Amino acid sequence: MPKVTFVQFSGSSRTIDVPTGWTLMEAAVQNGVDGITAECGGGCACATCHVLVPAEWADKVPAIRPSENDLLECTAVPRTPQSRLSCQIQVSDALDGLTVNLPERQS
Amino acid sequence: MSIVIVGAGQAGLQIAESLRRGGYEGRVLLLGDESFAPYQRPPLSKKYLADDMADERLQFRPVEQLTKQNIEFRPLTTVTAIDRAAGEVVLASGERVAYEGLALTTGTRVRPLPVPGAEHPAVCYLRGLDDAKRLRSQLASAARVLVIGGGFIGLEVAATARHAGKTVTVVETLDRLMARAVAPVVSEYFAELHRGHGVELRFKVALTAIAGNPDGSLTATLSDGSTVDADLLVAGIGVLPNQELAAAAGLECANGIVVDEFARTSDPRIVAAGDCTWHINRRFAAPLRLESVQNAVDQGKIAAQSLLGNAVPYQDLPWFWSDQYDVKLQMVGLSQAHDSLVVRGAPESAAFSVFYFKAGELLGVDSINRPAEHMLARKLMSLGISPSPDAVADTGFDLKTLLPAP
Repeated sequence: MPKVTFVQFSGSSRTIDVPTGWTLMEAAVQNGVDGITAECGGGCACATCHVLVPAEWADKVPAIRPSENDLLECTAVPRTPQSRLSCQIQVSDALDGLTVNLPERQS
Repeated sequence: MSIVIVGAGQAGLQIAESLRRGGYEGRVLLLGDESFAPYQRPPLSKKYLADDMADERLQFRPVEQLTKQNIEFRPLTTVTAIDRAAGEVVLASGERVAYEGLALTTGTRVRPLPVPGAEHPAVCYLRGLDDAKRLRSQLASAARVLVIGGGFIGLEVAATARHAGKTVTVVETLDRLMARAVAPVVSEYFAELHRGHGVELRFKVALTAIAGNPDGSLTATLSDGSTVDADLLVAGIGVLPNQELAAAAGLECANGIVVDEFARTSDPRIVAAGDCTWHINRRFAAPLRLESVQNAVDQGKIAAQSLLGNAVPYQDLPWFWSDQYDVKLQMVGLSQAHDSLVVRGAPESAAFSVFYFKAGELLGVDSINRPAEHMLARKLMSLGISPSPDAVADTGFDLKTLLPAP
């Protein structure tokens, strides 16, 4: 199972085994990782599951679709070139070892 | 000491976790009458029904995550009475559980079809996971699906059934879809959407009777005398608040369990939250009942604060969403009282918003395939910023410029 590490804004981190096909958001919420609100439940409709994906992983995660791109304009902490919505990133074996950073807040 | 939460849906789970985050150190018991750990309901009419979602993906948390927070979750546990004098709830098993604080998050149940023949085995409803499992299995073998009710549940089921290649008819007693929630321009957009996908819409007729056929199918008779044959009938005609437990204990009830702006019932040791409450929100003059994730979560937080001894008034902005086919409808605010509206963008482009005003003040916004505009509307409304109808009508005007500088 791919391992993904979530790093809190405070610096603390947790590594979780994520079943292939699950989204990063689901993995975080199911494991009680703080800092991912996901109030719409994964519908690409709320921008409260914002994560920062380091540049070296950018070509391994799925590309940003237009709906996600629009919503990234509405995150609580302004978007950066690393910004993604974790509900739109399905985990595959290619993402084994991924580390994502969480923003200071989601709302 | 213990806090007992009756009902393990979204509001119940929210209260349990908010109590722990708020530093409560006593026992927290989360009692659910279903066999499942707390799960998300919205996907039941969408992804889950379309059969590409396993049960465990519906769960909010694995049970171990609740245990880790020292939340005692008990499935298949029905509360039959509240003994307020003794400060105890009575379980169906006869066991009595003492509480220092009690939260009622009992939710709703579906309104049953009030017609002869409604007990036919091909009649389904959709509220909980058991309903969804039964509906999903019956949908798989059905060719013709009849949906009673052109509201959110009925239309989401219709879209899912149509996507699965079923013949779908929707019967609505009013003259348009989602009539209680959205403006005619939105109803019309969704009517065209469903028709475009091949759904037959029947307006201003009601179901009057259901008769079984020898092959297991049914024949529905409508108020205009016509009949519709179907292998599966799905009824989505609204829900009723589960308030009997509260009423039997002498708590005040109306269209739901009556709570104040702090989610407190008429007994100060008992709070209630979510779909089951007839509640006060500081944003609105009149009490209301809302069936939504937003209300479950936000009112749940308020209820937990009250149990912790902190009176925090409920004033969150309501929001809702519905997914039908590839179209996302998102709503913010309560728009029913509007006296004017402005459509921003073109319905023909399948991406537009409707801004509702009363006396020039923004009441709410419905967005179709414009999630960013929905989020922006939420930001504006939560800050009390009301754009003028003229500004909204001008698509060249960037509404974001109305936000205060970060």
